[in-house]
This record gives sequence, structure tokens and C-alpha cells, in this order.
Amino acid sequence: MKISEQWLRELVPHTLNVNDLSHQLTMAGLEVDAIEPVAGAFENVVVGEIIDAQPHPDADKLRVCKVTVGSGESLQIVCGAPNARVGLKAPVALVGAVLPGDFSIKASKLRGVESEGMLCAEAELGLSESSDGLMELATDAPIGESLRRYLSLEDHSIEIGLTPNRADCLSALGIAREISVLTGVTQSDMPALSVTENSDAAIRVLVTAGSQCPVYAARVVEGLDNTGPTPVWMTERLRRSGIRCKDPLVDVTNYVMLELGQPMHAFDADKVVGAITVRTAGASESMTLLDGKLINLPEGALLITDEEGPIAFAGVMGGQRTAISATTTAVVLESAFFAPHALAGQARKLGMHTDASHRFERGVDFALAERALDRATGLLISLTGGHAGPVSVVRHDDQLPSRDLVKLNARALQRALGVAIESKEVDHILNGLGLDTQATPEGWICSVPSWRFDIAIEADLIEEVARIYGYNKLPVSQIYAALDMPIKPETATPASRIRRYLAARDLREVITYSFIEPKLAEAFGDMASAVVLRNPISEDLSVMRSSLVPGLVAVAHTNSSRQQSRVRIFELGLAFEGTDGYLQTPKVALLIGGRAEPERVGNRSATVDFFDLKGEVEALLRHFGIHEVSYASAEVKGFHPGQTASISVGGAIVGHLGQVHPSVQKALGLSQPVFAAEMNRSVLSCGSVPSFTPVSKYPEVRRDVAVVVDQNLPVATLVECAKDALGALHKEAFVFDVYTGQGVSEGLKSVAIGLTLADQSRTLSESDVSEAMAQVIESLKKTCNAELR
Amino acid sequence: MEELKQISADAEAAINAVSGLADLEQMRVDYLGKKGALTAVLKGLSQLPPDQRPAAGALVNEVKAHLQTLINERKVTLETIALEQKLSAEAVDVTAPGRGQGTGGLHPVSVTIDRIEALFSAMGFASVEGPEIEDDYHNFTALNIPESHPARAMHDTFYVDTTHVLRTHTSPVQVRVMESQEPPLRIICPGRVYRCDSDLTHTPMFHQVEGLLIDEQSSFADLKGLIEVFLQRFFEKDLEVRFRPSYFPFTEPSAEVDIQCVHCSGSGCRVCSQTGWLEVMGCGMVHPAVFEGTQIDAQRFSGFAFGMGVERLAMLRYGVTDLRLFFDNDLRFLAQFR
Repeated sequence: MKISEQWLRELVPHTLNVNDLSHQLTMAGLEVDAIEPVAGAFENVVVGEIIDAQPHPDADKLRVCKVTVGSGESLQIVCGAPNARVGLKAPVALVGAVLPGDFSIKASKLRGVESEGMLCAEAELGLSESSDGLMELATDAPIGESLRRYLSLEDHSIEIGLTPNRADCLSALGIAREISVLTGVTQSDMPALSVTENSDAAIRVLVTAGSQCPVYAARVVEGLDNTGPTPVWMTERLRRSGIRCKDPLVDVTNYVMLELGQPMHAFDADKVVGAITVRTAGASESMTLLDGKLINLPEGALLITDEEGPIAFAGVMGGQRTAISATTTAVVLESAFFAPHALAGQARKLGMHTDASHRFERGVDFALAERALDRATGLLISLTGGHAGPVSVVRHDDQLPSRDLVKLNARALQRALGVAIESKEVDHILNGLGLDTQATPEGWICSVPSWRFDIAIEADLIEEVARIYGYNKLPVSQIYAALDMPIKPETATPASRIRRYLAARDLREVITYSFIEPKLAEAFGDMASAVVLRNPISEDLSVMRSSLVPGLVAVAHTNSSRQQSRVRIFELGLAFEGTDGYLQTPKVALLIGGRAEPERVGNRSATVDFFDLKGEVEALLRHFGIHEVSYASAEVKGFHPGQTASISVGGAIVGHLGQVHPSVQKALGLSQPVFAAEMNRSVLSCGSVPSFTPVSKYPEVRRDVAVVVDQNLPVATLVECAKDALGALHKEAFVFDVYTGQGVSEGLKSVAIGLTLADQSRTLSESDVSEAMAQVIESLKKTCNAELR
Repeated sequence: MEELKQISADAEAAINAVSGLADLEQMRVDYLGKKGALTAVLKGLSQLPPDQRPAAGALVNEVKAHLQTLINERKVTLETIALEQKLSAEAVDVTAPGRGQGTGGLHPVSVTIDRIEALFSAMGFASVEGPEIEDDYHNFTALNIPESHPARAMHDTFYVDTTHVLRTHTSPVQVRVMESQEPPLRIICPGRVYRCDSDLTHTPMFHQVEGLLIDEQSSFADLKGLIEVFLQRFFEKDLEVRFRPSYFPFTEPSAEVDIQCVHCSGSGCRVCSQTGWLEVMGCGMVHPAVFEGTQIDAQRFSGFAFGMGVERLAMLRYGVTDLRLFFDNDLRFLAQFR
């Protein structure tokens, strides 16, 4: 909402400067977004009239004008504007004038012809963004008068960002009401309304949609002349609110909307056929709007119709068939209350948004329709002449928004705000806002005015009191609560701990969008169960990720294209699946690529492989106390079939790790292999609280065993087998060497296992150890078909 | 005895001249060993007349002890030299880099959320998470935003089907907590939220932290006090905080919170559009309609809620000038954070 500061000051004659006023409005919840001067900085610009215009002898597009500025001789000004014509009144920048942008006007020669000043366009004076010719002043503009004084340009446009609940402030009247209660200055009286009805012309109105249109008022004004100019005071106020002027009829309806907040419409009375009916749209109705667009009306949309069909999409925009023009001589002026529920979302459905729909959706003062109609009629007749007919009004008072009395309990007010506000002040605030208050032993009973759609309960009244009293004047206190020690399960792993751990492992956290490209989603997941957005912001952000890996791969790609080839990243977040409702699983994923260690003297120069990644996964799980982990070769979409493993904890698969499939890698434009792992975040909280076992006092014995087995036998099987064979003596078992090649037959491999043995209660004798090792070898032979090497 | 003197003098000279530990050992053997020169002299004592033997023997032993001491001293010296040489040979260029991995780090959004959580946790606020695909009841209706409410236009909502959306704020988590837990409640809900909007200052996904306090005695004054202290602690600055009336369907009264510009300390700059103030969060007393859908007795309990944009706070805190950098994930940007 943009409005002239001067206009507001006329409605409430306060003494604040524009900055202080804006501060008060902002602090009362009407946030001032901008304060702009209504014209650029200029001086020595006066009203002039072109009394002669001759072609320039040496330039086709220039004209040599004689301009009178009242006193002294007329000035010779060379001008290139297409509308420079005899009789035009336009601003003249005199020699010595300074225009916006520090542009000084000097006497000069244009293509050899003297020019003493400049005829100005609106844009040159900072009155509009652009213009296509000289500013055309009214024919009655006083020649020689300073333009600043003539147009009252010592003014600002105040732009207020209104919250949707404050439709009552979408008018000069509404904002004036706020200023009045904030400053304590009484509002000036609004112009008296007296319309002489001196015509019989009337329009018949039927309303079949009473709940959507509880008040519909219309009046015919005939014998008017819509060709004349709109007076400058009105066009200037409209301009300062950012509304373009068109013709007197349109300007008047816009002006009344700005002044009082009532959106109005004018139909060309000669084009309206028969009676007006307000009804809802049936199936497949359409109409052409004022802007020339043909729209298919949503079924149930509220329409203004005549006997030939729709003439307006009620409260949104009028139709083309009954549109007014310069030649219009008779109009039907409409002033109605369309219920917010009937208009809500209607315009938006068709991608439309108008000043009228904006107001009706939020709530227009329902007591205003006839008053606004009279105001508009009065203004119109004063501008265009004509005769007003009687008002046709159809009311469905039972369908008006309810305005129940609302109680305000003094104790509740104090409790909510933490301060006792004097009842005199509460009365002043509420009365000033137009609420009638009645004192009760407990507080107040308030009646809510027809223009407020946001006051229905006590909390709303509390807000009104607090807002005008001033949020900043309200006290500040410290919260008190019983100290309660929280429950903190030791095995629960908050996300922040996982992040800190991974960061300490030289991994960098990234945050990627939860929606990804279909191509990426397809590469790593099943599109059949994918969650797809109905209204994505763009195609490449349209599928909810079912895995965090694609996002990480995309980050690897972005960075490698920026010469960051060593990538070690992780992300925590939800993965989405469209099965069983919406499955939203917290995941943790990591991705590594490029060098295993940073390029430094003494560091490994190798690039990462599967086991670098597996080392990270093992370390992560171990760090959070997850021990029953096993890995098995697995096939996962998007991953290398020979270098991918499932991760199981306690027998259940919780994730996977592996190399991103080389063809996926290539398709995504990645120049080097990347390795990625992903697991459910919950698994990191399923560890157990450590339980102590005594450390043996007796020495440990280390024995190694090397066996030759089938090349495809997982080494984990050998280790498990050895462990089982050792039974209680087992302390540790691990593979420390795998060898194929010379000395080992084709299809076989040699595996060396290190075993640590100990007993809790005694020192193991040589024969104990030999016996145990014999069992291990026997068991390896039997279960794994191993040959001792 | 001249011979003894000669041996002693020769040995002294030789010991002082020897430069290797092995040579020194050889010298010890040559002079003091079983077949050494002094041992030979000692053996030759038997040739002397008996009355001279004790004096001569004492003299030999004296020389022997003297040489032994010299050898020991020389040995220490040579060992010290040898150690020094070894250490000197082992010297490394300490300015060369350390071996092994580099350092990772957290995303600035996580750093900021951690910080917010830590501050509120100390005030007894528990951190709660919730679903990101949310039903429209929890995202809108339960928060007093019915179907036709113009406030729905304020949220540019992503839909996954006719009744499920990507949550437009983390407030639905509050509703879920109010449905399932008994007051008093003190929670904050950090997380991702989504709006169908993308330009210089909007990304379609961003993060919020919403907070909720419900207790028997809670007032707007408590809300003001909590928020003011939080912002001062977060920015580690005694900055001015102001509350402006605003509108959110789920709170009444509602307020926007401004802080004194952290860049210019309120004198007006580009960051604060010359106003001296920065809008940082929204808050208000929980609307009675929000209580209605839950089992909480609004007569007995009242509460307040607040919400802040994490990226906004992170930008102000760390001086980040472009919101989109947060989701560009350029490692050179991320490496600037811990």
C-alpha cells in the first residue's frame, strides 16, 4: 500500500515529520518499507504554454517552439517531443534550472537554433520511471506558476508492507485511523456526501448468491462526459499511490477505492443488457475480461451477469463487453461487499491478482458499499457532469460476517503482557480503533467494527492494546521453570556428534537440495517409488531424493569442474520413498574421490579405492560402538557390481558402500572414480553401553597361519572359521596378507591370518597353543577347503 | 720405571688423539688388557727385588688407574660427539608439512544450528525433529491456516500430492509435540523447510529453527526477555533488539524482531538498507486456535513460539553476502568454516 504523506496529513493534521510518522507506523505493525519523494529534486521549473511550433530547419524530428511562461517575452525552445504542439501546457525548465541528476539547463544552440530552456517530460522531473513525450498539464494550469507549487510536490509516497490481516489499512481512511490513535490527533471530517438523484434511470439487481455477495449496490449515472481531464489533485494522489490515470470514470473508481477502501466497478450502462444478476458460475462458462483475456471461469466463481451472460468476474475484474471508454455517456456504478470466503483463491487460480481481488479476499468494510457509491457519484458528477439515478441495493444482512461481542479480561491482559495497563488507556486505544467498549467488573466487552476482520477473540484484543501501547514499552522478564534433568541415553547419537566425528576424519559437510534431477534419481534409485513434486521450481529440482548419494555425486562434479579434485564430503538428511505413505528415513552418506591423502611431501600419492572408503565406514561404526557389523558383496543401482558391499548390523542390512558405477560416473561427467557409502542414521544409535570384561593377567600368544584357498572365498569366512575354532582362547584374528601369483596356483589365493590367543585364568603352555592351532588348521581345511601353505 | 713413564705418556697422547669409540676400546685392550703393555709391566715386577716390588706395584697401579680414568673420560666425550653427529644427521626440515589427512569441517548452517541448540539447550529447551513431507493439516490447518486463508498465499508451497506438502516451516513439529506431550514444554525444532521461490535472496530450500514454550505462567514479557538474550548471546554483542507488531496465523499477539544492524551498529548501511535495523525473526503468543487441536488446556496453559531463518543468522554472523553459496557446496567456501 503506497500513499501520499500529504493526503494522510490532511486526514489527520498531525505534526510529525515523515520519518517519525513512518517509525510510529512501523512500530504499530504497519511496516513502512520505503519513503520516497514524489518528484525528483529540481527547481526553476514552471508551467508554460506552447504558443507556436515550427519545424526545425535542419532536423526532421525537432521543432522550434515559442513558449510563454507568463512574464516577459516568450521563450524560444527547441524540442524533440512528438506531442509538442500549440496550446499544450507543459513544464518548462528555465535557463538556470537544475533537474534531477544535477542536470543544469543552459541557453544553447541545437543544430544552430537558439534554445532558451527545456520543455520537460515526467521522467525528466523524476515523476515517473519513463515517459514518451512532454508532460501534459491541465488546460487550466496557471502559466508561470512553479511546478512544485502547482502540483504540491513537497510530498512523499509512503509504502507500507501490510500483513494480510490488516485489509482495513488498504485505504487512506484506514491508515488515517491508525495515525489518529497513535498520535492522539483527531481525524478531520471526511467530505460531506450529498447526491442529488435527478434521474429515473435505474438498474434492476438480482442476487442469487447471497452468501457470497451479501451487499450489492448499483446506480446509473447518465449524461456524463468522460473525455475531459481528471483534476490534477486527483491524478497526483493516484500517481503517488502508484496507480495510472486513465479517464475520469476509471480515476474516480480508483480514487474511492484508495480513499475509503471500497473497490468499485463502472459498466457502460448502454452495453448492459437488462437486469444485473449476481450468481455463481455454472460448468464451463467463460468470458473475456477488460484486459482482453478469455478465461474459463471456475465452477462456483462469483459472477456479475446481465441477460446476455457474465459482465464481470466479481471482485476481480470487469468484462470487455461492458467496458467503458472515452465515449461512454452512461454508467452503472457498482459498489458491493463480496465475502472473503467467496473470493479466496479465485483470482489466484487463474493466475490473476488485482487491487480489487486483493482487498475483497482480505475483507472490505461491509458497511461501506452505499457510502462509497455516493462518494463516487458525487466525485463523478463534479468531474464529468451527468445525472444520478436511484441506488438499487440488494442486501442479505444475515449473510454478513458476524461481529460478536468480544470480552477482554483485565487479568488476562495483564497476564499475557506482563504489565497492568491503565483502563483509561485501554479504552483510548480500543475506542480510537473504532471498537465500542463497555466496562464490566472483569474488564471490557467490545464490539468490533465492520472493517476489522481480524478481531474475534480475546487474544486479538490483547494484540490491539499491546500494538498501540507499543511492544517496546512492554516489560522484559526472564523465564522461570523447574530445573529438570533431561534423559540422555548413552547410546543415542545426536546428529551433531556424527557431524563432528566425520569432520575430524577430514570429511567436509555439504547440504544439498532434497529434490534432485530425474536423471540423477533414475541413476541411483527406483523411479516407481520416487516422490515427485507436483509443482517443482524447475525440472532439475523435481524428484525427492531416495538416497543422499546422487546429491554428493553432483557436489563432487561441481567441485571437480572447479579444479577441486580431492573430494571428501558427507551429508546428513532424509531420504524419501513413496511407499507406505511417505517413508522419510534419516541417512548419513559419505563420498570420497581423488587422492587418498592431500598432495604433500611424504603423503601417499595413490588415489582412493574401495578400502579407503570401507576404512571410513568401519571407523564410523566402531566409533559409535556398533560391533556386530558384516559386509557382503551386493548389487546396488548406480554402483560398481564388483566393488560394492552391503553393510549389515545384527543381521539386518543398514546401508551399502562401493564405487559409483563407472558408466554412471562417465554419464555424469565425472573424470575420476568416486566411492560412496550410505547408511541409516538410526544404526549409529544402536550400539550398546560398554560392559567390562577383565583384562587377562596372563601373557598373550601370537601365532600366524597361512593357507591357500579358492580365490573367491571371502577372507571374512576364514577369519570367522579361525575364531570359532579357537573358541574361548580367541583374542584377536585378522588377515594381514593376501597373495596371488607365482607359487600359488591359478584360481587360488594365499591368505595369512594373525591370531592372538590368551586364557583368562592361566598362562598357555606350548602344547595348549599347538593344540589350538591344530584345531584352527583342521577347521580351515574342513570348512574352507584350505590347504596349509 | 722410565719404561712406565714412557708407556703412560704414549698412552695419554694416544687416548687424547683417538677419534673412534672402537679405536679407544682397542687402546684399552693394548694398554690395560690381559696382554696389554701395563699388564706386561706388572708381570715384570716379579723380576724386581722384593723390597722394590710394593712401591713399583703401587706405581703401576696408579698409572693403570690414571689411564682407565682417561679412557673413561675420553669415552664419554666420544660418545657425546657420536650422539651429536647422529642427532645432527637426523635433523628434519620442520617447516615441511605433516603427513596424513587434512581437516574436514561442518557446513555453516550446521554450525549455526549447533550454536542455537547449545544456547537454548542451556535454557532447558529440547531439540526435536519432524517429517519434511508433511500433511496439510499439520503444516497449515492445525496452525490456524485454513484452506481459504490468504496466509497460504504467503507460503509458496511445494505439493507432493493434494494433501501432502514439503513443509513450509518447522512449526508443524511444534504441533506434533503439543499433540503428544504434556506441558510444560520447552522445545526447539531445527530443520529444512521448502518454499517454491528462487532468486537472489531466496532458495527453494532453507533452514529454520522454531521454538516453543508452554507453561502455566508465560507472558509476552518472557518471550521478549528470552529472545533478546538469545540474540545478544548469539551475536556475542550487547545489541539493541526491538519488537514490532506483525501477523502470523498461529500466534496472537505476533511480532517481528529486529536487531540493531551488526554491520554498522545501527548507523545505517547497505546491509540494513540504511535503516539501522535487521529483521531476524518472528514470534508471538501461541494462538488459542492452535491449542484447540491439541489436548492442552488453554485456560491453564499459555505459551509462545518463535522462528528464525538459519541462513539469515549465518549470513549476518559470518558476513556471507550471497544466500545461494550455502547450497552451491563449493569446497573453497565450505573450508572457511569449522
